Amino acid sequence: MNPSGASGRRSTLIALASTLVFAAVLVLVVSNAPGWPAVERAFFNGEVFRESLEVIPEAFLVNVKIFLIAEVLILPFALLIAVLRSLPGPVFFPLRALAVVYADLFRGIPTILVIYLLGFGVPALGLSWLPIDPLFWGLVALVLVYSAYVSEVYRAGIESVHPSQTAAARSLGLSHVKALRFVVLPQAVRRVVPPLLNDFIGLQKDTALVGLLGVVEAFRQSQIEVASTFNYTPYLVTAILFVLLTIPLARLTDWLVARDRRRQLAAGGAL
Amino acid sequence: MSAPPALVLAGVRKSFGKHEVLRGIDLELAPHEVVCLIGASGSGKSTLLRCVNLLEPVDKGRVLLGGDEITASGVNLDRVRRRVGIVFQAFNLFPHMTVLRNVTLGPTKALGKRRSDAEEDALELLGRFGLADRAADYPDRLSGGQQQRVAIVRALAMEPELMLLDEVTSALDPELVAEVLSVIRELADAGMTMLIATHEMSFARDIASRVCFLDDGVILEEGDPEQIFTAPREPRTQQFLQRIVAAGRL
Repeated sequence: MNPSGASGRRSTLIALASTLVFAAVLVLVVSNAPGWPAVERAFFNGEVFRESLEVIPEAFLVNVKIFLIAEVLILPFALLIAVLRSLPGPVFFPLRALAVVYADLFRGIPTILVIYLLGFGVPALGLSWLPIDPLFWGLVALVLVYSAYVSEVYRAGIESVHPSQTAAARSLGLSHVKALRFVVLPQAVRRVVPPLLNDFIGLQKDTALVGLLGVVEAFRQSQIEVASTFNYTPYLVTAILFVLLTIPLARLTDWLVARDRRRQLAAGGAL
Repeated sequence: MSAPPALVLAGVRKSFGKHEVLRGIDLELAPHEVVCLIGASGSGKSTLLRCVNLLEPVDKGRVLLGGDEITASGVNLDRVRRRVGIVFQAFNLFPHMTVLRNVTLGPTKALGKRRSDAEEDALELLGRFGLADRAADYPDRLSGGQQQRVAIVRALAMEPELMLLDEVTSALDPELVAEVLSVIRELADAGMTMLIATHEMSFARDIASRVCFLDDGVILEEGDPEQIFTAPREPRTQQFLQRIVAAGRL
């Protein structure tokens, strides 16, 4: 559905023109606001911007490290929670209940509280065999919170696979676990990749909360810069870095959704 | 001593909630026998088949497979199901696997066959039913008739001692029915023991060694196909067949 020919060029021109008009109006409104000169000094200081670029990107690597490690841990852990919750029969009731309580608890408590409770609470216990690194506990908190969300995404996927698929697998003599592993989960996971990536975008942003424990990541570093320059431009730098990181994942998600839709359309004729 | 019956159902009852779908089914299949179940939708044909491979647990009564009671407590369901093949109305192929993988999943994961052996056997079976060139395709690239033939091959790959066919042509376009029926006929000629729920009356008449008319959860009448289709004794059977004839299905 690529726009082509004269009508395609025409709609591109219209889109361009309307975007320019919109941007011009926005600039006029903001720059004529009574407080604009003060805001410009506080948030758009070129010199501070350049200085920040020398220290904040390095601190931002800590955020990247946190979410990469967290994602690798969340994927299998959340799947385990979802599978526990889908186990049938009265024997597995305790495990199912545990999975439900877990998901309710960690989706219910604000992330920032989980980070504070684990990051300040656990090291305060004084157990020498437990790590006291705030980075470690911040990571654990994010894994616990986001696994609760991602397990619900997995569960929606598992429940979207028609029961007749399980019946077919079981009728071949496959056990419940094997039917889940070879027939249900592969179909379920494929369907939930886009919402799962969406949760990961949220996770990338929330790595900034680990800074509250004193870990010097991008947000904490920008706070330090703000305190030493009396200027808010470092926050702008950090915001830009987070956006730049999110865009590839957001476009990947869009692309996957579009690809799935194309496939469904292609398969529709044969069904 | 002669071989035990391939399948015995004795007083099988099954309810869903308050609705009793099977109200005491007694049925016996000799080895190599082909028995067709006919009857209106909702008469319990599908439920009966699903009770035989224990996809539905029976409430009362006993099911014996090759002389072994499979409704006894402590029976391993997975082992029982490996001995019984079932083919569903809606094919139920695994859409994320190629045709070949659909067919080899059971032999490799349930029977523990080596993958190379399973693939060799699968290709031979697919070839026998004219599907060899479809082995690498995904199910959504196949016609309905081809999909159902793959589903039959998938069940056969487990080398079952009994096949259950549940309205296997009901979801097919009319022009695709014949290719599936000819596969079933081939199985019957090869001596496969089969219990077939079907709406294809002329096919049932042609292939069955015995026909059972299921009505409201009981086998109301059974006999050889000629007798059932030309001289049914029960008024309900007569009524049912008259409606089928009126609909142009016989």
